[in-house]
Amino acid sequence: MPIGYQERPLVPLDVGDRAILRPDQLSGILAALRGRGYTLLGPTVRDAAIIYAEIAGADDLPVGWTDVQSPGSYRLAARPDGAFFGYSVGPHSWKATFHRPEITLWQAERQGDGGFTIHEPAPETSRVALIGVRACELAAIRIQDRVLLDGPFADPHYAARRRDVFVVAVNCTEPGDTCFCASMGTGPGVESGFDLALTEFVTDTEHLFLAEIGSGAGAEVLAEWPVDRATHGQIAAAAARTQAAAQRMGRSVDTRDVKEVLARNLENPRWEETAARCLGCTNCTQVCPTCFCTAVHDLTDLSGRTATRVRQWDSCFDRSFSYVHGGSVRRSGMSRYRQWLTHKMSFWADEFGSLGCVGCGRCITWCPKGIDITAEIAAIRAADPS
Amino acid sequence: MTPARTDPWVPEPISIKRIARESADTATLVLDTSERPGGFAFKPGQFNMLYAFGIGEVPISISGDPSDTGELVHTIRVVGKVTEALTGMAPGSTLGLRGPFGTHWPLEEARGRDVLIVAGGLGLVPLRPAIYEILKNRSAYKRVNIVYGARTPQDILFSNEISEWRGRLDVSLRVTVDSAGSDWFGHVGVVTSLVKLARFDPEATVAMVCGPEIMMRFAVRELETQGIADERIYLSTERNLQCGVGLCGHCQHGNVFVCKDGPVFRYDRLAPFFSKREV
Repeated sequence: MPIGYQERPLVPLDVGDRAILRPDQLSGILAALRGRGYTLLGPTVRDAAIIYAEIAGADDLPVGWTDVQSPGSYRLAARPDGAFFGYSVGPHSWKATFHRPEITLWQAERQGDGGFTIHEPAPETSRVALIGVRACELAAIRIQDRVLLDGPFADPHYAARRRDVFVVAVNCTEPGDTCFCASMGTGPGVESGFDLALTEFVTDTEHLFLAEIGSGAGAEVLAEWPVDRATHGQIAAAAARTQAAAQRMGRSVDTRDVKEVLARNLENPRWEETAARCLGCTNCTQVCPTCFCTAVHDLTDLSGRTATRVRQWDSCFDRSFSYVHGGSVRRSGMSRYRQWLTHKMSFWADEFGSLGCVGCGRCITWCPKGIDITAEIAAIRAADPS
Repeated sequence: MTPARTDPWVPEPISIKRIARESADTATLVLDTSERPGGFAFKPGQFNMLYAFGIGEVPISISGDPSDTGELVHTIRVVGKVTEALTGMAPGSTLGLRGPFGTHWPLEEARGRDVLIVAGGLGLVPLRPAIYEILKNRSAYKRVNIVYGARTPQDILFSNEISEWRGRLDVSLRVTVDSAGSDWFGHVGVVTSLVKLARFDPEATVAMVCGPEIMMRFAVRELETQGIADERIYLSTERNLQCGVGLCGHCQHGNVFVCKDGPVFRYDRLAPFFSKREV
């Protein structure tokens, strides 16, 4: 059923208001954001995947593409309807924007007297507009904020990159086979943490977006366009699309007492069975939008006068991750898989007040063996002796 | 004057005042903090990250007297290339310093109670600042027992101070070694066996334990057997520490981060996973 578009006189819109946009108006809004000095980062097709990169405008979005995902498999497929956001999530997350895969922390320079001085590059700032952020991704950003900003020490590099961000969120209407955000309580609808939130409607006869205003900045950008205020019927239709997405989600996790179940099953034999399949490749931690671990590396130039400390993403699947003098604490693949899963789904709650998983399903899709975190949790639960 | 650092990732250069050999593989570095605003204040049990130029950075417990802020004392055993570089440095040379980080020994809670200190090997290092504090305020504590185990008599750290403390009438100090020649008159055996010999009131004792993890497991078992509740047993633990400030994830141990929630933990916090393999 068409939801209809009708241009009306310009009315001021406020936080919480909803408007209806045509694709050309959305393009205009993206151009307006660029005009305000934002670098647009959004989904685009590259190397047979939908990734996040700098985009010039709506033309760079994955128009007419979708993704087909299952454990260990990700394929793009054409869709006839020309949808802008007709896919779920790809291998990238916004983590790479704020918590960079590699940064230089500082450089030390030898002095003549045997001492050294240390130069810190100023943390890189950026003014970015994120286009097409899903609810699961917003939840992941909130989780990383807690880890990297709210502890006893904040990471100044993450803080600098998080400072000036405009978020155009998208209510998810295309959950993938590996998605389980509905069960994690993180999606598919976005509730907060955005400047504008879109719901896309695309049929043979119309292509429209319902845009909810989440902030004063969002209202300002929208005010530049004569947009149609959404009707109750249109708002209800948008909500129905997101609700339908929750129903169509491929997987789920029973989160009741999952924290306790995992914490009391550290010696469950199931871990060994899973470890026998796990390759330890670290794909799951690289694609995970909440995994935050980093390692530092000290590099020197050939003269030995300049030493550089670099910080890179690290993975708890790497044997050296837990190294202390004499050897690694987690020597077996079993212990490393257990560390990853119990951290996400149990210990994280004690450390940071929520579970560390948002149900985006990336770790399932990008696992070369298709190990499914939802199935693993269910198996531990089934084998829970108490 | 060193400017105040706001970036927890960045070390400050600091110069070495003196170095003393403690044993074949262990040395004590005294760093000059007299030029720092406020010197260097820390609490017993805390650690610093020490950086050897171009080689790397490691977590090292502070082993000096907390009341002396003009000097910063670190006792380091050579276990890899960074510790080898740090202990091989000459007085006057410069290393990088970040800290102090982490939790401290429960010296307040121990006031008015018996204190039992259990140290294994290098585990004496983070306990020494606590011993200094306790002896300085000796009347605030009841019976003070120190039990210490080393591999051989040659590995005994701080032997001059050990002799001095052993000579005090208000401290009971017992030392054991794993193996010794015929010129050793002291105990031979594991440090946990000395716990049985110490006289304390288990209902009113605070125990502070540091040593290799396997030793701490046995020590906790013995302390529990002696009737000390888990809530009054404190351990200082060790994991891979890289940032020291709770950001890099390496030191996770169950549901704690050793760097910010520890390294000193009340045992009941660790109990659910402390004895589990490879957690």
